[in-house]
Amino acid sequence: MISTFDLTMIKAILPEIFLVLLGIIIVIVDLTTKEEQKGVLGWISAAGLFFIIIISLLFALPGDQSISTWGGMIRYDWLSFVFMILFLFGAGITSLLAMDIPNLGRRGELYLLLLASTLGMCLMASSADLVMLYLAIETTSIPMYILAGFMTQEKKSTEAGFKYLLFGALTSAILLYGFSLIYGFTGTTNIYSLAEGFSKYTNSLPIIGAFLLVLVGFGFKVAVFPFHFWAPDVYEGAPTPITGFLSTASKAAGFAVLIRFLIIVYPEYTQLWSALLAALAVATMTLGNLMALTQKNMKRMLAYSSIAHAGYITIGVVAASQEGFSAVIFYLIAYLLTNLAVFGAVSVISRTTGSDEISSYAGLSRRAPGISLVLLVGLLSLAGMPPLGGFIAKFLIFASAVNAGMIWLAVIGVLNSIIGLYYYLIVLKVIYLYRSDDENSPLPIPKAYVLALFILTFGIILVGTIFAPWFSWVTQAAAAMF
Amino acid sequence: MQFPVLSLIVFAPILTGIFLLLIPKDNKTEVKVTALAAAIVTLVLSIWVYFSYDTQLGGYQFQEQYSWLPAMGISYFVGVDGMSVPLVLLTGIVMFTGVLISWKVDDRPREFFAFLFILATGVFGVFVSLDLFMLIFFYEIAVFPMYLLIAIWGWKVTREYAAMKLTLYLFIGSVVALVGVLAMYYSSGLGTFNMLEMERAGFSEAFQKLWFPFVFIGFAVLGGIFPFHNWSPDGHVAAPTAVSMFHAGVLMKLGAFAALRVGIMLLPEGAKFWMPYLVILTLVNVVYGAFIASVQTDFKYVIGFSSVSHMGLVIMGFATLNSNGMLGAGVQMFSHGVMTALFFAVVGMVYDQAHTREIPLLGGFRKVMPLVMLTFIIGGLVSMGMPGFSGFVAEFPIFMGLWTSYPLVAILAVISIVITAAYIIRIIGKVFFGQMPQELESHMHNVTVFDKVALILLAGILVVVGVFPGVMVPIVQSGVDNVIRLLGGA
Repeated sequence: MISTFDLTMIKAILPEIFLVLLGIIIVIVDLTTKEEQKGVLGWISAAGLFFIIIISLLFALPGDQSISTWGGMIRYDWLSFVFMILFLFGAGITSLLAMDIPNLGRRGELYLLLLASTLGMCLMASSADLVMLYLAIETTSIPMYILAGFMTQEKKSTEAGFKYLLFGALTSAILLYGFSLIYGFTGTTNIYSLAEGFSKYTNSLPIIGAFLLVLVGFGFKVAVFPFHFWAPDVYEGAPTPITGFLSTASKAAGFAVLIRFLIIVYPEYTQLWSALLAALAVATMTLGNLMALTQKNMKRMLAYSSIAHAGYITIGVVAASQEGFSAVIFYLIAYLLTNLAVFGAVSVISRTTGSDEISSYAGLSRRAPGISLVLLVGLLSLAGMPPLGGFIAKFLIFASAVNAGMIWLAVIGVLNSIIGLYYYLIVLKVIYLYRSDDENSPLPIPKAYVLALFILTFGIILVGTIFAPWFSWVTQAAAAMF
Repeated sequence: MQFPVLSLIVFAPILTGIFLLLIPKDNKTEVKVTALAAAIVTLVLSIWVYFSYDTQLGGYQFQEQYSWLPAMGISYFVGVDGMSVPLVLLTGIVMFTGVLISWKVDDRPREFFAFLFILATGVFGVFVSLDLFMLIFFYEIAVFPMYLLIAIWGWKVTREYAAMKLTLYLFIGSVVALVGVLAMYYSSGLGTFNMLEMERAGFSEAFQKLWFPFVFIGFAVLGGIFPFHNWSPDGHVAAPTAVSMFHAGVLMKLGAFAALRVGIMLLPEGAKFWMPYLVILTLVNVVYGAFIASVQTDFKYVIGFSSVSHMGLVIMGFATLNSNGMLGAGVQMFSHGVMTALFFAVVGMVYDQAHTREIPLLGGFRKVMPLVMLTFIIGGLVSMGMPGFSGFVAEFPIFMGLWTSYPLVAILAVISIVITAAYIIRIIGKVFFGQMPQELESHMHNVTVFDKVALILLAGILVVVGVFPGVMVPIVQSGVDNVIRLLGGA
């Protein structure tokens, strides 16, 4: 199994190597700079992450053939590559969004934890072995627990971190139990040999049992019903840029693992998991949307909306086709850009106003027209309006459902998107229509925010208008699974 | 390569809109002048397209095609035929007059015109698209700016309610149609959204019968078809004047047009099966809409319900599935668009002076604004379908077509003309000729030059089309011939 060392092995984990290096740089800079110069940490982290993206694009593009490397631990293919780029981008933007938040942005630990978590996500997307996968999931989660509770002087943040930890530890234990059963049945931990191992069993019940246990773990990561309970509290309590990261990159990592695992390990049971996930998708999007309707707090509303989005994305998984998986990845790209933009705007507003209540956005369009426009673009993209990324993403998702013969699922999906439009419009109404007393007081926007929000808004429109290049990427990534 | 005039018409408004957002917010005059300049350019281009459309040649002209998402057979594919050319012109006219009428907008004009122009891009995009994906894409672009335009600049009493109601209705319609479109795409097996190719897809009869109602009604919601017309009067009334003009004048045509283009032209067998039932719905539209209009006391609601009634005639014309009915419907889309834009402009001017729209409280505007009265009377005559005005050119063929297909419906539908005459004459008599209430007399002014230009242009077009039907009928006829061919017969 262990082949001689060659350059492909380095290429396969090139982003991870650079992430570790960047982490070391952050630690050194953090230790050597004076307190008043710590603002540079965020820039180093962001610049470093974008540098890694460029390096990866230049030197680490995978070939058409998927390769198992590092003793079968790592799968080096387009799926893992596209997700890696996505995580690195998300982390880079999060660094930009975090650096001007008081008590958060000037601390080296933040960036170190962020990088560690990103490292875990990259490995999640590429791991081809149960042990590696479990380690990657933990590497992702443990820093996220700390980040969610980073504001130790705030009760809500501490609660968020602790809640996330408890739920995470529990589901992770269940996941591990599922892994151990799978190992027991097959005698191997290599994901790509498991399906073969299963085939010698005539009784499929224990295999399905193990699958359900594993699904609990993955379901927690992507926050689908009924494993979503942690999301609203954690999203509300965590520092806003971290919430953005948690709701996008972490969710994307969950989906990356989910689609690889389902199609590689359980190809024989496609009908079963497809039906099961269809039920979960319906429940998730309906519940998420209905709960979001009544929320008064922007972050809580976005938490429920992100649960609803997990439901839409699951539709693409249900289709269990290359087209469906392409749609999933495309959706995740559009969703990452959009949600980061919205959370970024929320973050910069609460930085000045100290409030995340939707009612506190009254008069915002007069106070900060630029931020209002970002929210307009972001929320309409979440609602699935053209010419924004969310529209084409939804279109592809529903198209894959129709093509898989599940028109009913597409219909439920589009009906749900109407509920979504309603509560997004409510926020826009408050922003654009209502007046408030402090609408003339300034709302300063730090440079890093201007940069990040510009990139994201531009990205949302770009993905929504010129889709061919991204689509060919995601098709290639999905093709690696078939 | 020829001059990409259609792309220019489609993208000029949205690019102007983005440019407007970059102007500092205090430069209100610059914003308005830029908006007017863009509207003039677009109007000139659409006039040029209208007059250089070759009716001898027929078919889709000014085509441009670029691949957009080749993997799914999506392309940016535009072209106009005899059905869409008048609508492009209509949009150009309403956009231009809408900007003129909105000169008074003082609350954030930058955002107002930007959203209005994004809306215009959506509308133009639908009228010229020959790709089904592109049609849906622009259709939804046209839906959402409406929300903000009505909610922010609308009539304070009902704007939040009306804006939300309108947006949700239209969005439901469009997503239902979207599912139908996806079903068509996959069952055609062609792997393309190109409508010219999908016309030849040969969908099975069962498929067409199943999906036609979803697609047709999904789009026709925006055309105000009964029982999904409810959003429309509320939306019209709550909207600011220019938006009402756009909305009733152009946006409702968008629904009818898309229902024709996608529903009838791509699913002709489904249309043949369902139309006898749908014609009943449109009959309700036409007659019931007119009745409701006649009992309203709010000036704007009268016009709002008259739109429901007149748009019913458009869809009724489609429902005849014969050449006369379609021709009338095609002209009616244009004629009603101009007429209703004129009506809403007049309502806006009266309201600006009187600060009320209750008909019993109005009166005597003949003395204050004679030109407004004259143009309103012209619009009124169009609305009643008087010969010599564009309404006659539109409605007469519709009733002729109706008579051949559904004689009983024709007899019932003609009642609407009488009712229309009743409520229009009532308004003219009360609002313009009646006694002006004393509390109004003190602060009345005539309208501005911009308003007059807009009114004269709109009224002039109604008369020209009425007196010289030759400027429009041959063009629409060439488009109708194509539809009839797809329906498989004379």
